[in-house]
Amino acid sequence: MPELWKLHDAILNGDAKTAVAVTQEALAENVSPLELVQKYMVPAMDQVGQRFECEEYFVPELLLAARAMKGSLALIRPLLVASGAEPVGRVAIGTVKGDLHDIGKNLVSAMLEGGGFEVIDLGADVSPEKFVNAVKERGAKIVALSALLTVTMGSMKNTIQALKDAGLREGVKVMVGGAPVTEQFAQEIGADGYSENASSAVALARKLAAA
Amino acid sequence: MSLLEELLAATPVLTDGAWGTQLQARGLTPGECPDQWNLSRPAEVEQVARAYVEAGSRVILSNTFGSNRVALAGHGLAGQAAEINRAGAAISRRAAAGRAKVFASIGPSGKLLMSGETTEEELRAAFSEQARALAEGGADALVVETMSDLAEAKIALEAAKSTGLPVVACMVFDTGRNKDRTMMGATPEQAAGELAACGADVVGANCGVGIESYIAICRRLKAATGRPIWIKANAGLPELVDGKTVWKMTPEAFAGFVPQLIQAGASFIGGCCGTSPEFIRAVAGVIGC
Repeated sequence: MPELWKLHDAILNGDAKTAVAVTQEALAENVSPLELVQKYMVPAMDQVGQRFECEEYFVPELLLAARAMKGSLALIRPLLVASGAEPVGRVAIGTVKGDLHDIGKNLVSAMLEGGGFEVIDLGADVSPEKFVNAVKERGAKIVALSALLTVTMGSMKNTIQALKDAGLREGVKVMVGGAPVTEQFAQEIGADGYSENASSAVALARKLAAA
Repeated sequence: MSLLEELLAATPVLTDGAWGTQLQARGLTPGECPDQWNLSRPAEVEQVARAYVEAGSRVILSNTFGSNRVALAGHGLAGQAAEINRAGAAISRRAAAGRAKVFASIGPSGKLLMSGETTEEELRAAFSEQARALAEGGADALVVETMSDLAEAKIALEAAKSTGLPVVACMVFDTGRNKDRTMMGATPEQAAGELAACGADVVGANCGVGIESYIAICRRLKAATGRPIWIKANAGLPELVDGKTVWKMTPEAFAGFVPQLIQAGASFIGGCCGTSPEFIRAVAGVIGC
């Protein structure tokens, strides 16, 4: 029997190699994939988030942990899908129209994947129509909008308007973030949530998915 | 006398303010590449540079913040990197007309090394190409600015140093409870130490969350290194009013923090996002030049 706590610690320490090795070993010995996720991996990512909040961890540690999580999930997800388990939620994420900055968006995307979400990454400079299509055709339940430039913050508002115009606004939750974005701005444009960083974006997405 | 000695004979040295918003006021649209205007709309770019010289800037930068080929690739302009940089430095030099020095701007790639979005080799090549072209265009010095990752900053710094020009290296401190870390978690002490060790002639901080938060950062940078300190802070954070993003801080309020920055050890002072020639004029009034 593999020592499963090692999977927890490997993710917490951003050690992708060990995380994958322990996962393989556990699956070979028929440990339930859902148990791995729920008892070891998600709690590890939660602890990563706590360390980030306490400023013990910064972006590099987040990235390493998310990478370890992703490595394990790649082995586990096909088994979960086969057993009929649904992902926590499906998120369409992108940097809004006119804005080519994608570092923040990529961080949030990695953390959401690490948090068990299925992420549809639409890239940067994404038009409102593309977000609409991701909801309409690919069934995204959460739309995550990123902007770094103050001049492109208006594109967030336009994207929310496009979702309304397409009659889709009721069925999706919209979350926003990026350096110039604030809680107040999020409220003003009618978003459902704002997160200050990639770590709290996961908590927010969970809250929105459960609502 | 070296360029820096000449400038630092009378401190603080007034630098410039934001360029992007000034170009927008002249018709740049969201999503358009500002740097490309060095080739397509050089007269407008020169107007911005000249407005800062007229406001009292002794150092102006250049419209080349995003002119490394990795960032330009996002606009399909990677092939024009050298040309855009040469033109950018030359425009600032024309606008300066001997009344100001040109510290040409080198901004980040917009990609993260750690997550494999770019590589050290790619960055080294891109920044070397940019630094060389800026030197050819007539820059007096180079400014590696708005860096969030020390690893990338050091690659850009080394590329800039290889031109033989003086180099300023500054980072953004906007992360953590006290907003005193870079995005990747570096403290002012770490940044100052590593940048100085890599040959930065001046170290500093730019952009960020507002000028008031850079007073303590400036003090910490100053305590951590013997190099002169460069501070270009934002005019606070923007707010949305009637669908438009505005900075509510006035030039006078911004300039009101300048005495504290000087006391904290800043040798070069200017503005970043949300500032304009009016801000530089207000700062000029405070420092008496």
